[in-house]
Amino acid sequence: MNFVQISIDWFSQPEHWTGPSGVPVRLAEHAGYSGLALFLAALIAVPVGLVTGHTGRGGFTAASAANFARALPTMGVLFLVVLLAGIGLVPVMVALVALAVPPILVNTYEGVRGVEPRLRDAAVGMGMRGWEVLFRLELPVALPLVLLGVRTAAIQVVSTATIAAYVGIGGLGRFIVDGQARREFDMVIAGSILVVALAMVVIAASAIARRTLVAPGLRVRQPSGT
Amino acid sequence: MGDGPLIRWDWIARNWDTKVLASLIEHLQLSLIPLAIGLVVALLLGIASARWPRLYPPVLTSVNVVYAVPSLALFFLLLPYTGFSLWTAIIPLALYSLAILVPNVVDGLNQVPDHVRRAATAMGYGPLRRLLTVELPVAVPVLIAGLRVAAVATISMVSVAALVGLGGLGQLILTDGFRRQFPTPIIVGITLTVVLAFVVDALLVLLQRWLTPWARDTPTPGVRTREEDAA
Repeated sequence: MNFVQISIDWFSQPEHWTGPSGVPVRLAEHAGYSGLALFLAALIAVPVGLVTGHTGRGGFTAASAANFARALPTMGVLFLVVLLAGIGLVPVMVALVALAVPPILVNTYEGVRGVEPRLRDAAVGMGMRGWEVLFRLELPVALPLVLLGVRTAAIQVVSTATIAAYVGIGGLGRFIVDGQARREFDMVIAGSILVVALAMVVIAASAIARRTLVAPGLRVRQPSGT
Repeated sequence: MGDGPLIRWDWIARNWDTKVLASLIEHLQLSLIPLAIGLVVALLLGIASARWPRLYPPVLTSVNVVYAVPSLALFFLLLPYTGFSLWTAIIPLALYSLAILVPNVVDGLNQVPDHVRRAATAMGYGPLRRLLTVELPVAVPVLIAGLRVAAVATISMVSVAALVGLGGLGQLILTDGFRRQFPTPIIVGITLTVVLAFVVDALLVLLQRWLTPWARDTPTPGVRTREEDAA
């Protein structure tokens, strides 16, 4: 059997593109859950990372908490919250946010910590106050690393949001779970391709964000890679 | 949602040997075997990529694309070929670890100082002996930093394999907990997964200290979670 042919066949059938379980709806659901989870995670992780990195206090605690969260099995968290709070968006968000916080937090913290002391001295010498140093120097210098953390988190969230289908919520995971249940493997393959495609969009978006948000003088220091 | 307290200690006591310990051992197997396979493959790919730099971008892109494939889908797609054997879980988990390990092998080898490399050559070391006895040992801190991230990620991801009937502690979470609406096994499964991750992480730190006796007195550089390379 040929994966390419199977997936072309599946995607070329018009009924897969319409209705509440069509590709556009599932794709939008999936992108919606992932985007919301990522937004909530950034809302928690970026400020904590900036403050702990700037003050140098609580960094160890934050890093330990992030490590702890990284070890949490996403599926266990999802099922536990489903049992406690019922089926819905809440368990999915808790599980995905717990997944996305560690990479963003650790990278933000490392990014701010890694700002050269000379630069910080120069900023203070120019008369900047603490918060000015943070927002006008440390954040811009740390931004490439912060964005990489967001990208790592986004890829993991997009890939893991498939398990939302397992607790009765939509998203691209439906194709994978339903395809498995009905023994329609072309559907499983198609669902996986869509998830990977969404992850590629994330990678492309992060490259664009890097190009538009990062100060020109810092771009040469970008780590190479995809 | 079940009645009664969140944690029923009597359930844990009654099922300790038959269920809990058995799941823990399976979980350990399902995480360590993929890590070992992943490490060997990552070393081969990484050594090749460090030696022929033109190989690196396609290798990196491939491992990153594989990393984006949902684990659930990989398990399901392997099921017709490998059935309910451990390989259904081992192959995807080993593939995922590559996305974290390959960049670390390449970075580790690339950061070996040139004078060290030249000194080894001057002492008459051939390329293979130099790699095995000089370059790889110098790269150990970076390698282990990657291995630590990969180990924690793998141990926490094994649970998803419960959906195809494997998954160690994931079985406890899914079959005994979620399907029976009984929180205790879920909490036990989550707790033991985290404990396992921390124990393996601590063992890797000890392994690094043992492998790099020269670095013991100085703070170890390179022990940094390399999030930026994971994606």
